[in-house]
Amino acid sequence: MFGIRIHGRGGQGVVTAAELLSVAAFLEGHHAQAFPSFGSERTGAPVVAFCRIADHPIRTREPIAEPDALIVQDVTLLRLPVLEGLRPGGFLLLNTARDPALLGLRGAAEALPPGHLRTVPATELSLEHVGRAVPNVPLLGAFAALTGLLSIDSVVAAIEDRFSGRTAHTNAAAARAAYRLVVEGVAHAPAG
Amino acid sequence: MLQQVEGSKAVAQAVAACRPQVICAYPISPQTHIVEELSRLVKSGELPGCEYVNVESEFAAMSGAIGASAVGARSYTATASQGLLYMVEAVYNASGMGLPVVMTVANRAIGAPINIWNDQGDTMSQRDSGWLQLYATTNQEATDLHVQAFRIAEELSVPVMVCMDGFVLTHAMEAVDVPDQAAVDAFLPPFVPRQVLDPDAPVSMGAMVGPEAFTEVRYLAHRRQLDALDTIPRVAQEFAEAFGRESGGLLHTYRADDAETVVLSLGSVYGTLQDVVDAERQVGVPVGLVALTSFRPFPYDAVRAAVGHARRVVVLERALAVGVGGTVTGDVRTGLQGLPVDLRTVVAGLGGRPITAPSLHEMLGRAMAEDLPELTFLDLDQAVVDRELGRVR
Repeated sequence: MFGIRIHGRGGQGVVTAAELLSVAAFLEGHHAQAFPSFGSERTGAPVVAFCRIADHPIRTREPIAEPDALIVQDVTLLRLPVLEGLRPGGFLLLNTARDPALLGLRGAAEALPPGHLRTVPATELSLEHVGRAVPNVPLLGAFAALTGLLSIDSVVAAIEDRFSGRTAHTNAAAARAAYRLVVEGVAHAPAG
Repeated sequence: MLQQVEGSKAVAQAVAACRPQVICAYPISPQTHIVEELSRLVKSGELPGCEYVNVESEFAAMSGAIGASAVGARSYTATASQGLLYMVEAVYNASGMGLPVVMTVANRAIGAPINIWNDQGDTMSQRDSGWLQLYATTNQEATDLHVQAFRIAEELSVPVMVCMDGFVLTHAMEAVDVPDQAAVDAFLPPFVPRQVLDPDAPVSMGAMVGPEAFTEVRYLAHRRQLDALDTIPRVAQEFAEAFGRESGGLLHTYRADDAETVVLSLGSVYGTLQDVVDAERQVGVPVGLVALTSFRPFPYDAVRAAVGHARRVVVLERALAVGVGGTVTGDVRTGLQGLPVDLRTVVAGLGGRPITAPSLHEMLGRAMAEDLPELTFLDLDQAVVDRELGRVR
């Protein structure tokens, strides 16, 4: 079982991101479960959502305390203990155009295996492709590239399952662009 | 068709497949997504022949459902928490008049203090309302229970609440096989009311009944609820034959046959508990589970048969009867009368506090070490309690 925890703020599509991941996993024949943490649903407030992916039926319904992957949609949240519980061999994906070395990451983030930490300018990508600051979807493209858990085509299929017309088209483009950035190593990984 | 879908949406689609003729809707979290999806289905024409009424309150929602059911329409509504409490007077009228309304309750805590998150305090408050109460363990079961609920309600002429944990189920997206229209049509015949309000053949429903007959009316309602103890498992059996999966019935058991310790619960915590039991079994600890589907009527015989052999039963309650402890425990005790089964109550998951596997393992460890008090509050923050007690003293 692979557990993903997504941190962001109300309005950034945190819950949608977890749901899209679960749909992508479902389309690949996996069992998947997505659910929000149900904080106060206000624009800008910290929001957490979860996704489990497994090759057996998923029965547990507790929040994911020890995720295999963390997606942080807004790095201002790093002031909160959002990295708590990240597994030693896990993945960390951050939405920022900055070099991760400048983020002052400590604790769990320092102990990650090489290549398991990436930053992606997801807000910029969404502004470029979608025309709105919705970093959730490009981060899913980056997630597919970073973890290899799901194919980018499944992520795009999930996007097209949820959205239609221009919204589907532009979000799919943003996801593919983020995917390419990570695959081609253009997105930031820490030096060394 | 198997689809990756939010629980609320799956339930709405199953309800639509039951072809309700009147839906009375008033939004309240965490139920809102259900009536939103139904509204979309009515508007788009996917649910034809249905009057969707956007009412002004929950009291009106239930009143509308009562009126519609009384003239012979299959009627549905959904609510939660304070919404359920606000409609209570009408809730009792629906059951008193024997109107087979089906209502989803997306279980949520009741205030004060205000809290939008999950526990089962809302439906537990209606345990004596005369409605049947069926609790879903998963979104698949929540979906299937609605199809069964209309059958059960209309066969018995009794209203049914389908209770599903708010957010934990309503907002969880997972694979659900939503029953298709043809299969539901074959399973659920058109509603044939026992009595109809009809200007051409006037009757009064819910009219004054004095001391000379009120007891008899109540006794007959009780008898009809007891009939549900046969109807519920029969309908679940027929559902399994028609749809090829087990959902509903009076209760579920998991590795309970040879269990020394059995945890009895209602609702979605059953899944987390199954993982916990498998882990305990792997190290040789004989534990098992019962999930009560039917809380009203209470299946005394089925509970006795499921856990009567156990050394101890821990009743995990997602609600608090203030001043007593557990709501369900008392009924379990009645069912186990005369048997040497040690009963413990654990109140857990109030107001959305997650019920985690580590806490459940610890609870089981304490139960088996005979170290679990008769009433325990799982994960109670004693420091907070002590500080407050110190302040008010």
